[in-house]
Amino acid sequence: MFESVLVANRGEIARRVIRTVQRMGLRAIAVHSDVDANMPFVRDADEAMEIGGAAPAQSYRDVDAILEAARRSRAEAVHPGYGFLAENADFARRVQAAGLVWIGPSPDSIAEMGDKINARNLMAAAGVPVSPGTEAPVEDAAAAERAAADIGFPLMVKASAGGGGMGMSVVTDPATLAAEFDRIQAFAARMFGDPGVLLERFFPRVRHVEVQILGLSDGRVVALGERDCSVQRRNQKVAEESPSPGVTPELRQRMLAAAVQAGQAIGYRNAGTVECLADVESGDFVFLEMNTRLQVEHPVTETLLGLDLVEQQLLIAADEPVTFDPEQLTPTGHALELRINAEDPQRFLPGPGAITTWVEPTGDGVRVDSGYAKGTTVSTHYDSLMAKLIVHGIDRDQALDRARGAVAAFQVAGPKCNLPFFAELLDNPEFVSGAYDTGIVARMREPR
Amino acid sequence: MRGVSVAEEIRAEMVANVWKVVVAQGDSVESGDTLVILESMKMEIPVMSESDGTVAALHVSEGDVVQEGDIIAVIE
Repeated sequence: MFESVLVANRGEIARRVIRTVQRMGLRAIAVHSDVDANMPFVRDADEAMEIGGAAPAQSYRDVDAILEAARRSRAEAVHPGYGFLAENADFARRVQAAGLVWIGPSPDSIAEMGDKINARNLMAAAGVPVSPGTEAPVEDAAAAERAAADIGFPLMVKASAGGGGMGMSVVTDPATLAAEFDRIQAFAARMFGDPGVLLERFFPRVRHVEVQILGLSDGRVVALGERDCSVQRRNQKVAEESPSPGVTPELRQRMLAAAVQAGQAIGYRNAGTVECLADVESGDFVFLEMNTRLQVEHPVTETLLGLDLVEQQLLIAADEPVTFDPEQLTPTGHALELRINAEDPQRFLPGPGAITTWVEPTGDGVRVDSGYAKGTTVSTHYDSLMAKLIVHGIDRDQALDRARGAVAAFQVAGPKCNLPFFAELLDNPEFVSGAYDTGIVARMREPR
Repeated sequence: MRGVSVAEEIRAEMVANVWKVVVAQGDSVESGDTLVILESMKMEIPVMSESDGTVAALHVSEGDVVQEGDIIAVIE
């Protein structure tokens, strides 16, 4: 086992990784931008190094600066968290070339799954169901119109290199396809440096269900259950739960088997997530994409299984066995995660600011993974996630009840905050019934 | 007020960077047209005209930082 880990990230995920690193008796090294010097993750680390300015390109995305910090701190391994460089195959290769352990899947797996078109084709070849769509990047708007005639409407125009809900657009009206295609292509070129765009069939009433997989050091790929991530605004998740209230045991079994098949097809190692869309009425599901990293919502799975996924990641990276027997895993009860964002609860527009009040809820089955504290500032340079509230109950009713109490007890002042949205969600009849789909937030905000 | 031209001030709803200025002073715009695109916290936020008219004034340039409440444009 390596004895030190550099965490190439910030906020709640850096703090969460540091916690496990230290619990395992290893040295945790934080890197940070100048504006993050007083953040909790910097204070929590055994050693912290300032690597540059606030803009991500000058710090958390600066490969040379991070590798230099690793050299100076004599780090032996690097954990990338999620976002920033987590799914950057070149970064993973350079970490390995510097003689460090990369805590994540192989650079080849990252590259194979990072290209959405390639990923779809690989999954189709492995026997995983995929939705109708283009098999190669679509050149221009005219080609998009020809492809759309086969795929049908509504369809999704999607940047091949995109992620995190960015660079995608639903087109319902064929007359607007050309303009939307041009917009996404320009956005993709600017945002991701790759103008590749694909089209695929869009299913309006589906659930977004993903399967957590783990590729072990002995080569086995295991599925650790599903998470339902259908509560989304702007194609970005804001609440996740498990078990999915819309997935039957039979559908779950098929999805988990397909996710294992997907991981085996590319010789996957370490933690990954196979995202699917499930049409609950027909019982069909299709592969959406694979995320080759730890997910924001991984605590849902940890809570349900009583596992530390970051610990498993470290063990796998060190070629050691995991802490559990995959044949003996038993999920207990119901888990729910709410993403506490610095955004207004009505329109979900970001509202950064200095935090003047920060009181986290406590109690049975309540876990808070937070990146901020009173006296710290949510800046415009980074995403709006301030904390994750995770609740566990013996069943869904108890989990929702505990969530209501925890949301009411959570106090945040300074930045805008979406806590009132969660109070509303937890009393929304559609959400409470469990029979919701990815359109739920939009319906909650429809003018009455 | 029907028939009388009323100036509409478009203000920033949050702290953000001005990523793109889509219109120029003097352009005629319709309600719902994008005037500028702001970028904040990894999100693009289009700022749209709320009425039909002409861009009488444009108070931001690409790369500017706007505060909540700052005037971005005036539509007449």
